[in-house]
Amino acid sequence: MLRLDALDVYDGEIHALKGVSLEVHRGEIVALLGNNGAGKTTTLRTISGLLAPRRGAIHLEDQAIAGMPAHEVVGLGIAHVPEGRRIFNRLTVRENLMMGAFLRKDAEVAGDLERVFTLFPRLQERITQVAGTLSGGEQQMLAIGRALMARPRLLLLDEPSMGLAPVLVEQIFETVADINRQGTTILLVEQNAAMALSIAGRGYVLETGAVVLSGTAATLGDDAEVRRAYLGE
Amino acid sequence: MDVELLIAIFPQVLLDGLILGFMYALIALGYTMVYGVLEFINFAHSEIFIFGAFVGVEILLGLRSAGILAGLHWLPVLVLVLLAGMAASALLAVSVERIAYRPLRGAPRLIPLISAIGVSFFLQDAIRLVESVWRNAFNLVYPTMDALNERYELTSTIDISMKSFVVIAAALLMLWGLHALVNRTKVGTSMRAVAEDQAAASLMGINVNRVISLTFLIGGAMGGAAGVLFGVQYGLINPYTGFIPGLKAFTAAVLGGIGNIPGAMIGGLVLGLLEAFAASYLSLLTGGAFGAEYKDIFAFSMLILILIFRPKGLLGEVVRERA
Repeated sequence: MLRLDALDVYDGEIHALKGVSLEVHRGEIVALLGNNGAGKTTTLRTISGLLAPRRGAIHLEDQAIAGMPAHEVVGLGIAHVPEGRRIFNRLTVRENLMMGAFLRKDAEVAGDLERVFTLFPRLQERITQVAGTLSGGEQQMLAIGRALMARPRLLLLDEPSMGLAPVLVEQIFETVADINRQGTTILLVEQNAAMALSIAGRGYVLETGAVVLSGTAATLGDDAEVRRAYLGE
Repeated sequence: MDVELLIAIFPQVLLDGLILGFMYALIALGYTMVYGVLEFINFAHSEIFIFGAFVGVEILLGLRSAGILAGLHWLPVLVLVLLAGMAASALLAVSVERIAYRPLRGAPRLIPLISAIGVSFFLQDAIRLVESVWRNAFNLVYPTMDALNERYELTSTIDISMKSFVVIAAALLMLWGLHALVNRTKVGTSMRAVAEDQAAASLMGINVNRVISLTFLIGGAMGGAAGVLFGVQYGLINPYTGFIPGLKAFTAAVLGGIGNIPGAMIGGLVLGLLEAFAASYLSLLTGGAFGAEYKDIFAFSMLILILIFRPKGLLGEVVRERA
């Protein structure tokens, strides 16, 4: 579904990705692991069009999308939940969700709003509230719900567990798995490797801008190096 | 001190202050909307404002020299002039952004500011050049329409001219329209989204450049409307007339909380009222020691005081944000 070929990306002066190649197949959850600064976030930002690669190609199905502006990439069915959530603090919960559906003109937007409320009933309770007043967990739900309103084929999730209490993290990951079962392919960036590998089918490990390891979640979970570096053993 | 006189003129002063205040509010919107989206002060907005006034006066003078102005009802004429002024200023604002600001989007903050000041001077003298060649004069007077000058006595001491009434009604209508657009439509919501976080907005599929153009378009249209209303209300305009009201409207925007749309409206009204009351009451209250010419000193001293105690402006930081 999504293929990155030998991507070289500069974020300002920094050579952030050095020849990154990876693939995501339809229906999968793929985890992208690595330490801070390894290039995980840069990878997502390049896919969604916030950054343009200097070299290399990105294909969604058969369409080349590298360098396409972000507001056009969304229309092709890729929604990105960015690092730090980046919800619109001064907009209400409903307005945030409706912005997620900005490009859609079909009649099913209202139905998808209901679907988001089924996934996150808390959002429905807070529908008229200004988003900046939500708790951290609610803001994360809103960020994911907003991305779902685009009805994406592929969802890019950047650190959904960041800053959340363990019990909330588990809840969010269950919902992510749910979203995947309902047919959305997911590329997941996560510091919490154990959590990520528990729901992912496959994974890639990034180190200083390059893929150093890849395989099924089970193989990665058994890998001695991964266990030492990312699972804290 | 003549207390009875003070009380007697109060409603009239209030009315003058409201008219001035609505004018400032309309102009202030252009500053505050652009600042809200780009965190940039469009110093050329005072010329975008006065450009609307010039387009208006040209149409009125054209109608008059064609000999049909006197025969027309004032309302369609005014609507035509307002719409033309709004359209012209809106297009000018969008072009200025394309030509002079967008290429500098990534540059350090001072650079587009200098560009804006340059555009301001350029537009002043371009208007002067064109009018000098075309009319051999650049101080122009709005042709009067008799119906607009008719005065209605409310009481023995207060009267309101038709044009004052029209200026207030038009300003209210436009402020209401803008408020509805920004808060109740999808386009307006996308403008607020871009103002808050451009990258996140682009991830929603919002074309940020288009929203920025739209912001200049709407701010310019409000400025153009203010220009026409300014001409209708005060009569005399020249290419440099925009500067002082522009500066005051910018102050009004800061007073209300720059970037905040209701703040610009309230800031404009507060400044207009302060100025009108200072102009009428200073001399009365000080026994003639300070005349009306001190009105700006008084108004701006008040502003400095307000900003010392509320540095973010009257409506700044209404929303507290959590991490």
